[in-house]
Amino acid sequence: MSQFYEKDISGCGIIAIMNERGLDISGELVMSAIASMRERANGLGGGFAAYGIYPGYRDYYAFHIMFDNLQAKDETEALLKTRCFLEIGEPIPTRPNRNITNPPLLWRYFLKPKEECINGIGEEDFIVGVVMDINTMIGGAFVASSGKNMGVFKGVGYPEDIGDFFRLDEYEGYIWTAHGRFPTNSQGWWGGAHPFSLLDWTVIHNGEISSYGINKRYLEHFGYRCTLFTDTEVMAYLFDLLIRKHGLPLELAAKVISAPFWDEIGRMEEKQRLFFTVLRIVYGSALVNGPFAVVVGHTHGMIGLNDRIKLRPLIAARDGDMLFIASEDSAIREICPHPQKVWMPRAGEPVVCTLKSSIQEDSSLWERNRLLRQQWFGESYQ
Amino acid sequence: MALTLYPPEFQIERDKERCIACQVCVRQCANDGHIYDPDDDSISSDESRCIGCHRCATLCPTGAITIRETPMHFRTNANWSARALKDIYKQAETGGVLLTGMGCDRPYPSYFDRILLNASQVTNPSIDPLREPMELRTYLGNKPDRVAFAPTAEGVDLATALGPQLVLETPILFSAMSYGSISYNACWALARAAKAAGTFYNTGEGGLHRNFYEYGKNTIAQVASGRFGVHADYLDVAAALEIKIGQGAKPGIGGHLPGEKVSEQISQTRMIPVGTDALSPAPHHDIYSIEDLRQLIFALKEATRYSKPVGVKIAAVHNVAPIASGVVRAGADMVAIDGLRGGTGAAPTIIRDNVGIPIELAIAAVDSRLREEGIRHRASVIAAGGFRNSADVIKAIALGADAVYIATGALVAMGCHLCQKCYTGKCNWGIATQDPYLTKRLNPNIATRRLINLLRGWSLEIKEMLGGMGINAIESLRGNREHLRGVGMMERELKILGIKSAGEAW
Repeated sequence: MSQFYEKDISGCGIIAIMNERGLDISGELVMSAIASMRERANGLGGGFAAYGIYPGYRDYYAFHIMFDNLQAKDETEALLKTRCFLEIGEPIPTRPNRNITNPPLLWRYFLKPKEECINGIGEEDFIVGVVMDINTMIGGAFVASSGKNMGVFKGVGYPEDIGDFFRLDEYEGYIWTAHGRFPTNSQGWWGGAHPFSLLDWTVIHNGEISSYGINKRYLEHFGYRCTLFTDTEVMAYLFDLLIRKHGLPLELAAKVISAPFWDEIGRMEEKQRLFFTVLRIVYGSALVNGPFAVVVGHTHGMIGLNDRIKLRPLIAARDGDMLFIASEDSAIREICPHPQKVWMPRAGEPVVCTLKSSIQEDSSLWERNRLLRQQWFGESYQ
Repeated sequence: MALTLYPPEFQIERDKERCIACQVCVRQCANDGHIYDPDDDSISSDESRCIGCHRCATLCPTGAITIRETPMHFRTNANWSARALKDIYKQAETGGVLLTGMGCDRPYPSYFDRILLNASQVTNPSIDPLREPMELRTYLGNKPDRVAFAPTAEGVDLATALGPQLVLETPILFSAMSYGSISYNACWALARAAKAAGTFYNTGEGGLHRNFYEYGKNTIAQVASGRFGVHADYLDVAAALEIKIGQGAKPGIGGHLPGEKVSEQISQTRMIPVGTDALSPAPHHDIYSIEDLRQLIFALKEATRYSKPVGVKIAAVHNVAPIASGVVRAGADMVAIDGLRGGTGAAPTIIRDNVGIPIELAIAAVDSRLREEGIRHRASVIAAGGFRNSADVIKAIALGADAVYIATGALVAMGCHLCQKCYTGKCNWGIATQDPYLTKRLNPNIATRRLINLLRGWSLEIKEMLGGMGINAIESLRGNREHLRGVGMMERELKILGIKSAGEAW
């Protein structure tokens, strides 16, 4: 691997839908929403992330893997078999679509790590290691997603064609995110489409990260290897690092990535000022600079976030249990013509959508995060 | 005077039609290059005394004086240059070590001049610093690599206590220049400008005059091998401490302030008798390895009750990366690296011009090494040595420095013309001298204003360049080498700098 990785610049359209109570939404809905923003894509990448689609295998890590050839598949399966129990390995169902050409081999595996292999590093870190090893050590193999009860479907083409190809109308999930890509280079690589994913984190991103160089080097300090030829992966890894490893609640992670300006911090009351000053000092290299609108999905919800001066569009809406975040109002109204509330999140102000149902397993973490949220943002926050 | 075998370095041209024999030049030249003849009411020149400081030419009210370098008198020889011959003649005449002042002036490649910056187009809007916030605030000191939280009675609180930090409103500090090497007024101007601009100046190894204690919050107090002026009040009053191990202009050797410069005031500040030579040994006599350095770092931390960051300044030499790593592991909160072109008040020319490595390569090597070892957050890196403009500063930061030290640039802002004769104590600009007749030439108010202007101008330019790159906080550029491209460099140099060649895209 060369010393330098490629960064891919792209403009895009994004939409994310969630049912707060965890009720299922058909893939058809998100496909029609993203199709309405066809102008924002150029046919060089489209993709979807869906949560809650594999309830029968909710305890297994679902690996969606792309292979360039059978050799890559054999090598990957050999690696997986030495470290994990493979419950199921099967091709991802597709249907022919005349606009989708030359897909890689698309397989999914439901697996659990072998206890003796985990070796005290923690199950999730172990899975991260497996993903990093496949992506960096096996040529022609790429893990598109690796979380539980979720999956990423993506490729080269317009998103509605990709959705049709993957038969997403046959899936139901409680969170859907979708992305139509307008890359400024023409690298036709399936792995390069959004969403990017690690464990149950998925990221759809419209923007360019000017701070990529330092974000990447910062993440290397914590063992992340940026290999995906795109700047978006740093966003996924930063959320993973801040939330999963450093235990920051989502809102605070958002305040690291889109940090408040020093002027703003200066106007806060003393305790809060100290808190955010420390946060900025410690996590300066995790600040993401440059224009972006991003939606990060995870098992318990999703978060929409803009850069700190809002250089890319992002709009949010609510209708009953349904929450929407999108690049354009039109995409939301395509599937929900009269939402109860529509608002423009301000620069750097996260839109946090959290499941109301009680599937949060790590309740202590959750409780602590709730307290933090209350303390720093107040009850009225959201 | 014995006949010397080399011609004067400079020629003084006096336009007789313009000259009104007002004698400004005579009074201004501390080297007696201009001679007034009262009988004749005319002025003549002794060119052998001219050092090319341009004081006379600048102050001549009728613009009658032009100083030129003497055209080549020696036969052209690519190997035996005029400079090589002159140096040999000088040494043959004196038998001494040739001295000089300021930084290396030899034509080694400047890597800053081979690095180009990025700017946004189309896919990434550039940011206008006149309309949008643009942040240069910088914190120097040891930082944890994560923030931890702890539950409390009222909720949750930070469990991470941050070590002491220096807050800079612009990532530029004034580098170490001692009271002794430069004048009282020059020190005063640096202190006041640092305070006004929200940054820091460094005392150098000459202690701190009591009158300057009021600028303590903007002072970095140096502890060097001579330990001049180091006492409890000195350590207490400063915002940060710096152990000086090496200096870019003279790595591996000590310093010497001649007794002639040790006035009453300097004697009190340095705590040495009036008129005695102030000799700084080459090594600290209590530091013979890294474990000794660790003891001194912690002795200073103990002495100041861990209330301020303690840094270590080293010269950029071949092993600068592992040395810096050792310094960080020894407990330093800041590492200052002084490159090949770093200045000095006095150094042997042969050392200044031949020892050390360029700061650009040193920054890159140190930053990469500290990151590889996972200890980059434990200390801030301050780069020093020949920063000529804001582009040099921003390139250094993108290579991995947290901030930069400037000294030559600051002296030039105060009026220095880089004649490189600081060691003579006859600075006609009133900066590197203790002669009261000369020091009063430097108006501290004007010098302060000029220093503030310089910092302001550079900061504005840095904001413009940052905005052009689509970045609105300096920490997003720090160590972000993706915004740099090299021209005219070899593969190996690009690799060490960690940058791509111009023409290579993301």
